[in-house]
Amino acid sequence: MSSNKKYWKSVEELNENSSIVEALQQNEFVEEIPTDEFLGDKESLESSSTSRRDFLKYVGFSTAAASLAACEGPVIKSIPYIVQPTEIIPGVANYYATTIANGFDFASVLVKTREGRPIKIENNTDAATNGIANARVNASVLGLYDNLRVKAPMKDGSKITWGTFLSETTTTLKGLNGKAIVLLTQSMPSPSTNKLIAEFKAKYGNVKHVAYDAISESATLDAYQAKYGKRGMANYDFSKAKTIVSIGADFLGDWQGGGFESGYATKRIPDHGKMSRHIQFESNMSLTGANADKRVPLTPSEQKLALAKLYSEVTGNSAGGVKLSDGLNAAVKAAAKEISLAGRNAVVVTGIQDVNAQTAVLEINAHLRSVAFDPNTTINTRQGSDKAVSQLVADMKAGKVGALIMAGVNPVYTLPNASDFKEGLAKTELSVAFSMKQDETSSVCQYIAAAPHNLESWGDYELKSGHYSMMQPTIRPLFDTKQFQEILMSWVGTTGSYRDYLKSVWTKDILNGASFNKAVQDGVFVTRSAGSSKGVGGSSTTIETSSTELKDKKDRTFLGGVIHDVAVGVGIKDEDKDEYVTTTSSTTVNNAGTNNADVTSVLTGGAAARALAKTKVSDGMELTLYTKTGMGDGQQANNPWLQEFPDPITRTTWDNYLTVSQADADKLELKNWNVANGGLNGSYAKVSVNGAEAVTVPVIIQPGQAKGSVGLSFGFGRTSKALKEEMKTGVNAYPLYQNFNTIQSVTIEKAAGEHEFACVQLHNTLMGRGDIIKETTLEVFNTKDKKHWNAIPQVSLNHVETPVTSPDVDLWDEFDRSVGHHFNLSIDLNACTGCGSCVIACHAENNVPVVGKSEMRRSRDMHWLRIDRYYSHQDSFEADDAKKDGFEGLFGDNGSLGGFGEMENPADNPQVAFQPVMCQHCNHAPCETVCPVAATAHGRQGQNHMAYNRCVGTRYCANNCPYKVRRFNWFLYNKNDEFDYYMNDDLGRMVLNPDVTVRSRGVMEKCSMCIQKTQKTILDAKRDGRLVKDGEFETACSAACGNGAMIFGDVNDKDSKIAALKEDDRMYHLLESVGTKPNVIYQTKVRNTSKA
Amino acid sequence: MKKSYQSLEDNPTNNMKQVIYCGLTSKIYSLCIVLLLTFSTTLIAQEGDPVNGKSLFNSNCAACHKLDKPMTGPALRNVEARLADEEGLDREWLSAWIRNSSSLIKAGDAYANKIYNEYNGVAMTAFPQLSDQDISDILAYTAAPAPAPVVVDGPKGEPVDQGGVSNNLILGALALLFALLAMALVLVRRTLNRFADAKGIDVVTENKRLPIWKAFAQNQFLVLVTSIFFLLASGYFVYGYLMQVGVDQGYEPVQPIHYSHRIHAGDNGIDCKYCHSSARVSKTSGIPSLNVCMNCHKSISEVAPETLAEGEEFGVNYDAEIQKLYDAVGWDGTAYTGEAQPVKWIRIHNLPDFAYFNHSQHVTVGGIECQTCHGPVEEMEIMYQHAPLTMGWCINCHRETNVKVKDNEYYTKIHEELSKKYGVEQLTAAQMGGLECGKCHY
Repeated sequence: MSSNKKYWKSVEELNENSSIVEALQQNEFVEEIPTDEFLGDKESLESSSTSRRDFLKYVGFSTAAASLAACEGPVIKSIPYIVQPTEIIPGVANYYATTIANGFDFASVLVKTREGRPIKIENNTDAATNGIANARVNASVLGLYDNLRVKAPMKDGSKITWGTFLSETTTTLKGLNGKAIVLLTQSMPSPSTNKLIAEFKAKYGNVKHVAYDAISESATLDAYQAKYGKRGMANYDFSKAKTIVSIGADFLGDWQGGGFESGYATKRIPDHGKMSRHIQFESNMSLTGANADKRVPLTPSEQKLALAKLYSEVTGNSAGGVKLSDGLNAAVKAAAKEISLAGRNAVVVTGIQDVNAQTAVLEINAHLRSVAFDPNTTINTRQGSDKAVSQLVADMKAGKVGALIMAGVNPVYTLPNASDFKEGLAKTELSVAFSMKQDETSSVCQYIAAAPHNLESWGDYELKSGHYSMMQPTIRPLFDTKQFQEILMSWVGTTGSYRDYLKSVWTKDILNGASFNKAVQDGVFVTRSAGSSKGVGGSSTTIETSSTELKDKKDRTFLGGVIHDVAVGVGIKDEDKDEYVTTTSSTTVNNAGTNNADVTSVLTGGAAARALAKTKVSDGMELTLYTKTGMGDGQQANNPWLQEFPDPITRTTWDNYLTVSQADADKLELKNWNVANGGLNGSYAKVSVNGAEAVTVPVIIQPGQAKGSVGLSFGFGRTSKALKEEMKTGVNAYPLYQNFNTIQSVTIEKAAGEHEFACVQLHNTLMGRGDIIKETTLEVFNTKDKKHWNAIPQVSLNHVETPVTSPDVDLWDEFDRSVGHHFNLSIDLNACTGCGSCVIACHAENNVPVVGKSEMRRSRDMHWLRIDRYYSHQDSFEADDAKKDGFEGLFGDNGSLGGFGEMENPADNPQVAFQPVMCQHCNHAPCETVCPVAATAHGRQGQNHMAYNRCVGTRYCANNCPYKVRRFNWFLYNKNDEFDYYMNDDLGRMVLNPDVTVRSRGVMEKCSMCIQKTQKTILDAKRDGRLVKDGEFETACSAACGNGAMIFGDVNDKDSKIAALKEDDRMYHLLESVGTKPNVIYQTKVRNTSKA
Repeated sequence: MKKSYQSLEDNPTNNMKQVIYCGLTSKIYSLCIVLLLTFSTTLIAQEGDPVNGKSLFNSNCAACHKLDKPMTGPALRNVEARLADEEGLDREWLSAWIRNSSSLIKAGDAYANKIYNEYNGVAMTAFPQLSDQDISDILAYTAAPAPAPVVVDGPKGEPVDQGGVSNNLILGALALLFALLAMALVLVRRTLNRFADAKGIDVVTENKRLPIWKAFAQNQFLVLVTSIFFLLASGYFVYGYLMQVGVDQGYEPVQPIHYSHRIHAGDNGIDCKYCHSSARVSKTSGIPSLNVCMNCHKSISEVAPETLAEGEEFGVNYDAEIQKLYDAVGWDGTAYTGEAQPVKWIRIHNLPDFAYFNHSQHVTVGGIECQTCHGPVEEMEIMYQHAPLTMGWCINCHRETNVKVKDNEYYTKIHEELSKKYGVEQLTAAQMGGLECGKCHY
């Protein structure tokens, strides 16, 4: 060392007298390391018989044993049937038409079973009128294999036999001494069940049947009943409407039982330059609002005023002085003008749970004689009456109810006054809950009558008047369960099975000579005289007089006399439709029906509107309670598929939250922020409704939320033994649901703490990147060339702009795909409403694992198909594009530096676009070229294959994928206690699709374009020796999409739908400029806005 | 040889009793009648030919009758004598019964009705085609005395054992001989050394030469070559060992029921797809459900002595194995008891979870013989895995096998265009895309 410099590692060394330096010269550590803390005390260590050497021996031996054992194959046993059922061939799927009717969701479905196990729910395309299977219905198959189901009848928490149950309950029922027996059921539009209930009433006397909906449509029912004389909800067919004005109606969600999206979507695809126009007035950003052409955010009380104004504008009747802000006034007037222009082709709907509002809407539609409005066909899937339920709780508390028998309801969870209900329940002599779970209600009842899942039951449902849907078992009951109807029969003393009973009811009352077996096979049955239904409880006769007149009195042949059928307009040729005016007047004579007692005095027409107009605009915050697409009323909260399903709007999983507008959030100092790992955090807020106990909820700042309003969803915050710990997420909103009103005025204050969300997409905007979502307006679409609104990206080749589709600018040589099949999937951004059925269908078909909240937060979600949601910074995406293109330089007013930062924030009322993204199956796939082990390779049929057994998990492919659709198995998600969702127990694993590999840890996976389904279709054709017809090829997502947004097929079949779509002007590829040549194509979104 | 059988089935029918369908088609009837008319002589044959009778019995009667044990119908040993002695019925009655029992029953014959009721009201199939001669042949066969029980014991197996022993003896003797020789050599060498010592002759010892191992160790080149050789060799063996991990070619587990494919598919010539019917339409070939077994085994409860003797070679009593089937399916010889015990077969062909294989694609569409992959099943006494079931094996076949496109409209266009593209007459499965990863792995 040439210099005398002193080097020192710590300032302590400069201190000459430091004892530490001295100590450190001798020892590595200054003090003795407190090894005892983790090794335990010395004595026990010494007395231990296991020495370190022993430990190493064991480790060595077990490693060697494990590796040796791995070389020996396991002995696998196969047990054939003793007598094989003729309909089951191992390895071949059977399909059964049935119905899911759990009280909240009603849908006619097809169930795919393999080796006798239902594994997937698909749409029953024969049941066109009943809507499609939504995400929750698709997921309900998993509920069948829920490990926490009640496996036998129980009394006070211990198992009993059905014999004991029956004898004990029958004795109690008979010895009630005149006290009332109340049947509290879900909405039960079931002819045979209602007949059974009538028989039960006749036998026991003093029986009341109360239908109860967790989320009430009572106001709608009351308004309809007052106007049309029977209880129901008017049917709407949005495929007939040209102008739709919705005031707070989330009709693409669960409004009036849902099921309207497919009708709506058909008119959203521009056809010959025409598409429907949709104006939405709402406070929460709903799925419906996100799809609207024009969305006006306004608070719930303003909605009522707007409706009153709209009523007076459209009908011309005065609604009294309606005071609206100027902007709103103009918006309502504009909407009214559009309605008047559309005339009969317009329709107005509302979701305000207020009899006056509902009456006003009925009046408007009747006044318009809207073709989309069909008051004669009622929707029967909601029957509950708020009054009856409140009366019941009061009666129970007063001790007037002797026996309470519940089926399909969970009032202790869903009632706002659950404590009153519990108090009343304790006063009953007999309480029975027919339930699949030990849920909040059944666990406080005396008896739990173990109920079967819908897929194990018989049943019949008149979903709309005249439209019957049949429920048949698709598997033998897994547990010792009995249906509500079976037990009713035993109580009444009817012998035979419920199936026979149902058959006799159908043969006598419904089928009118048609075959019962065929009805079971089809799953649906439509009576010719749909519209006049016979009530079972109380007889009501509807006398209908219909007359059809020629509008312009031209001399034409009168078509078939009275034209009135299943839906208005059937029987009239399309070209004649507009020429006719069908007037239908109904007079209903209601003879002392049970429902009659519930009729409230309802104002009519102008009076209702005037009452609405008197609504005071509240100064405080208004809360709108809503249902999430994934969770609904919360009865499927133990379904991990649904918990992990990202909400279409907020893209948040495993949670509910208070949605607040940016302005209000600033005022209340509520914040959302992203932390280092990309996760979203948010503040908590305390929400209280007029003095009731406050709930503390996490906050999400929601673009598009009306100022002065907040939203909170039902269905979360479940407790009880019905759920696994992981599923007890979110906050229960039902206590805020006072008086069964979804609109509440609330006080909100910031609460301490911060909440960690599992949100899979940030709330940023598209930043004007038009090559991801291309969109245009109908005007531009109709008047200008494709190159103006869907130009092919250009790249520079030797300083000459060349279209990216040109082979000259391609890195890869083109492979000839003209022979055989070449699959393409088209996604129409116009028809996609973001409903998410496809996400769950993909989950079920492809054994996609559930990873849980904490993994979701780390962006390790496994969904093969995601639905991206984009907001715009300006009023429209096009304005975003213009702003981005207008950037000049880095700084200044038009500078990109500040400009892009600004653009990250969505507008107060942004436009929204949904885009399903799955593996794009690029013909020139970037992932394939980087795989070091050739685990991912391209097939001739256009699919990008993934050989799991070959993958070593380098994740290069995921890094190189421009679409970020590859998913990595960070853990073993099956048979792993750390991921105790459905793949961790034998029961849950029964839902797995045996044709798709269950992936293991360390393996990359992604959408396979359902190659197992395309291969099966090909094989079927080969076996039959025929060509594959168009429409036979399906993927799980395209089959689940009832909106026609996803079309799958073979583009080499030149006559196919997909081949035409590929040549469509609206067609574009995602990130086309990258030159990946994907096999998934998108159709440009066209908005029906006149504004550019 | 495990054991000898005390009570053997003493029915000298050959091989397995055959099952005939109760209702023969009218064609066969008329053909038989024509044949009978052509060859029948006018003489009334009283003395039947038991040899012919045996074959007639086996083809016509054995489905429902045994000689010494009641089955669907009564036991028939000495039936003529028995009837004559006990009931006083002559051959004429017997002939009438055989040719058309139901008319006898209808006519109100007492014994006919008694038998009819005794056997659950099941009328015997009419045999109008049997001539008098045939009937007397059959009766002669039934009248033959019961043979003394054949005791099948050790002797058959012993020679093999003896052979084994003698071989060992010879080997042992040879080993001893070599040991003696080696000892003798050592002794001789020692003695010679001693002689040399005694005579003072210097035995040239080569202790100055390096021992060979030392020389080897010092030769670095040799060491290098040898170690490379050893490394390569061990690499080869390790590779070979690892490559056979999970390959269970020849896997022949002991099954809960000794089911002989040799007898069923070989001797009896039952089509594979009769039992494995789902191979035609499904991805799995399906293990037949037990009711399929019972289609035949309802009437085959015992095998012929010859077959039984064959079973001895494999150390199995086929009758006992059939009994295992009855126990499993819950059959007490006449009716189902309802107490079934599913059979837990041991699966032989186990493809890994990530490989998709579809039987119907190969069997129905491709028209591949089952034996192509499963080997000579008709010769296998116990099923074993014939093919290695490795990916290389699959792929080789896909490379070599032509797609069967004839009369299949699905292939017409694709085949035409593709064969033009590749310039071949017949496309192989590989050329049709049968080597793509995703065709089997998803």
